Amino acid sequence: MKKIIVVGNGMVGYKFCEKFVALAENKKFQLTVFGEEPRPAYDRVHLSDFFQNKDAKALEMAPRTWYEEHGIELVTDERITAIHRVSKKVTTSKDLNYKYDYLVLATGSAPFVPNIPGVEKKGIFVYRTIEDLEAMLAYAEKLKKGKKRRIKAAVLGGGLLGLEAAKAVMDMGFEPHVVEFASKLMPRQLDTRASNVLLEKIESLGIHVHLSKATNKILGDKTITGMEFGEYDKIDVEMLVISAGIRPRDELAKTCFLEMGTRGGIVVSDKMQTSDPEIYAIGEVALYNQMIYGLVAPGYDMAGVAVNQIIGNTEVVMESDIDMSTKLKLIGVDVASYGEPFMPVEKGYSIIYENKTKNLYKRINISHDGKSLLGGILVGDASDYNMFHQIYLNGLPIPKDAEELILGSRGEGGSSFGSVMDIPDAAQVCSCESVTKGAICCSITEGDCQNLGDVIAKTKATTGCGGCKPMVVDLVNETLKSLGKEVKETICEHFSFNRQELYDLIKVNQVKDYDETLNLFGEGDGCEVCKPLVASIFATITMETPNKQVGIQDTNDRFLANIQRNGTYSVVPRIAGGEITPDKLIVIGEVAKKYDLYTKITGGQRIDLFGAQLHELPLIWKELIDAGFESGHAYGKSLRTVKSCVGSTWCRFGMHESVTFAIEIEDRYKGLRSPHKLKGGVSGCIRECAEARGKDFGLIAVDGGWNLYVCGNGGATPKHAVLFAEHLDDATVIKYLDRFLMFYIRTAGPLVRTAPWLDKLDGGIEYLKKVVIEDSLGIAEELELEMQGLVNKYECEWKQAIEDPNMAKRFKHFVNSDDTDDNLVFVPMRDQKMPKAW
Amino acid sequence: MQNILEQYKSVAEAEVKTWFEVGTVSDFPENSGACIKYKTKQIAVYNFARKDKWYACQNLCPHKMEMVLSLGMIGDKDGIAKVACPMHKKNFSLEDGTNLAGDDLKIAVYPVKIESGNVYIGFSD
Repeated sequence: MKKIIVVGNGMVGYKFCEKFVALAENKKFQLTVFGEEPRPAYDRVHLSDFFQNKDAKALEMAPRTWYEEHGIELVTDERITAIHRVSKKVTTSKDLNYKYDYLVLATGSAPFVPNIPGVEKKGIFVYRTIEDLEAMLAYAEKLKKGKKRRIKAAVLGGGLLGLEAAKAVMDMGFEPHVVEFASKLMPRQLDTRASNVLLEKIESLGIHVHLSKATNKILGDKTITGMEFGEYDKIDVEMLVISAGIRPRDELAKTCFLEMGTRGGIVVSDKMQTSDPEIYAIGEVALYNQMIYGLVAPGYDMAGVAVNQIIGNTEVVMESDIDMSTKLKLIGVDVASYGEPFMPVEKGYSIIYENKTKNLYKRINISHDGKSLLGGILVGDASDYNMFHQIYLNGLPIPKDAEELILGSRGEGGSSFGSVMDIPDAAQVCSCESVTKGAICCSITEGDCQNLGDVIAKTKATTGCGGCKPMVVDLVNETLKSLGKEVKETICEHFSFNRQELYDLIKVNQVKDYDETLNLFGEGDGCEVCKPLVASIFATITMETPNKQVGIQDTNDRFLANIQRNGTYSVVPRIAGGEITPDKLIVIGEVAKKYDLYTKITGGQRIDLFGAQLHELPLIWKELIDAGFESGHAYGKSLRTVKSCVGSTWCRFGMHESVTFAIEIEDRYKGLRSPHKLKGGVSGCIRECAEARGKDFGLIAVDGGWNLYVCGNGGATPKHAVLFAEHLDDATVIKYLDRFLMFYIRTAGPLVRTAPWLDKLDGGIEYLKKVVIEDSLGIAEELELEMQGLVNKYECEWKQAIEDPNMAKRFKHFVNSDDTDDNLVFVPMRDQKMPKAW
Repeated sequence: MQNILEQYKSVAEAEVKTWFEVGTVSDFPENSGACIKYKTKQIAVYNFARKDKWYACQNLCPHKMEMVLSLGMIGDKDGIAKVACPMHKKNFSLEDGTNLAGDDLKIAVYPVKIESGNVYIGFSD
């Protein structure tokens, strides 16, 4: 069996593995991959996400087990130190030798650190690996300790990565400064006017930009205190992130005398072969066509070529024309360039649209004959990027009056573009994963894909940078439509609507109950899926409690308690914010003792009482209500708890009163029904003892108010909440929460938690911000009014249940006997009881 | 637990020896279930008002052996009346007791009749 060794487990090294396992011929080879970082390959393109969620796992391309499953040996935390070309061996940093038949160098690149005097001082970082980011975060924490004033931090380099880093620095709470040597931002992708539009937008966000600045030296003793550009030109900064370009990591190739480019990089042929035919180089270490390609898509293509060459499909070679189009969302600003962004006059002419008040810039470059699109730039709004990119790549015809491409068709109305279906089948829609339009459509027409999820799983389209997602969605929908399939999610066989549609139908038609809903809009006799869903809709429109339409409540709601393992119930009184008096604690203890209930403190700062029988529930609740408790709604898809830390009332670090505010919020939204259960958290300082970022909504006290986080509940797929707004006062928090919760309740699918809801929301968090903060849909006031209406109508449903003698019947085990369930058996456990296992 | 399960065997109307009176129509909630006791058996009784029909089955869910089926939500699948167990939402046909999800766990069903406002369940013993 021949041995392949891949040096480097970055995105391109991983892609080599992935393409290797996809080919049947791989059985004849044994693959070993070396990575010098401690973890398997991760998505470096989305590295700045790490600042939001601190979740390295979320960036992982594939878990370690994936390599095992496919018989690939993955060696991490070990660097290759030498290549012995004659004996065909590599030596590792642990001094071990491995033999190879084929060697693939995927060592990537390293950040270029310019030789500025003082660059070795403390507080200077590069932006490349998760370890770099962790080191920056740790240093930032140290810097911020005890300092009240805002600390300045600089980023050297105003390119793509530099601007990403500036955003990261801003998110860390520093005053960000970008220092760029050239006279414009993103000098390689943008022309001066596009750059100016971007500059204005970026400065309006609070990022300071210094153009045409060459850094002479870095100031400070051992630690950086500033940067000097000229004798009287300097800025004080306490941290610096260098993002001044990349250099290929070609040391290994140099020491074993492979052919190199004059400015570095390993020279490769269109087969990705180096000057040694048994050694291949791919990704940012490879010099192809005298170019280093710093984008992930060409790296992936190179990985595919190398795999095919080694395995014997020698006809697969690299194209000579490599598309360098990119679309990015930088700090909330769309930036894209495609084809030839700068147009030499001899090749054609440009049409430019610029709107400074809207921070918009669009440029298209047209051939002299006016027939083809050669390239262009988009800043501020890149929604047309996919279409322009396809027109450019496939040489599609453009309107006679080319300006219609950016100004829209005037006169006849309608779009100047055709349908996405007009693109040729061979057109590459997802360039990261090389998926063509044909592959996407055929996965539905000829394969067994039924929806977007299936298509993504099958073709891997959209799984790279995700830029092609809107186009893939369109293609999938159009293809499904062309097959006569309806493109929608429906509730169940009884209602061919989704939850949101049914919500609107019930509301607009003022429907009074489930039966009427089924008669008007459904068919059949309903089921356990649509009944609770309709119950939830009624609860959120009218705030009716589950006592009103008992028959359509899920069992937990019907009995206002959680049915547990052996068919007994648990009881959870509300303890808002986790605050409870000794007297109330004693009552809970006495009730638990009297009814012999197993007692546990929950993760949500409440007390759970288990093992109650159906007939005992009203008796238990009578005692609890008499002592001042209310239902905790622990059984409902509803607001559960708002967890708090002790905050400034008792904690020496607390910045605001997290307990008081948590109680206020919990009381406001108690009883609120939602598509899934909801939890909140309020932390009195950034130490986050309430774990507010693991909740559907979370607040963290900071200097000057509350930071609001949303959608941190992913259920089985854990998610961290996303920063939504900063430095809010109490009233604004409530206002945003009213709008956010109501919008979620109206639009989420059944049993969809907030994190997956946000994932599916077109436009993501930015869209949500627009709706909630900027009121882009014009519904903010309506949402607030609706929420206030629900808040005003709150009633404790357990109080209703015990006060109405008719409801007591519900809590009898037998209709025809006062006996209780004799099937129950408990066994002792740590001085309490538990259900016997059958 | 097996012996508890084994006492439940479906009864066809022709096999009924005892029509056991379990209460009046108004004792049973509309479009959901309630439980009655017959000797050592627990029987779930459903007043399927929407279909204008009554159904009865064992109260024991054969999956994890809990006495809970009377608390489940009723409805239909492709027109077949069914109950969803509240514990794990297994769907059982109320017409013949089969598990609609297709594995072998089945439940026993019993005939129900209504006479002058009274509800009777048929047993073969």
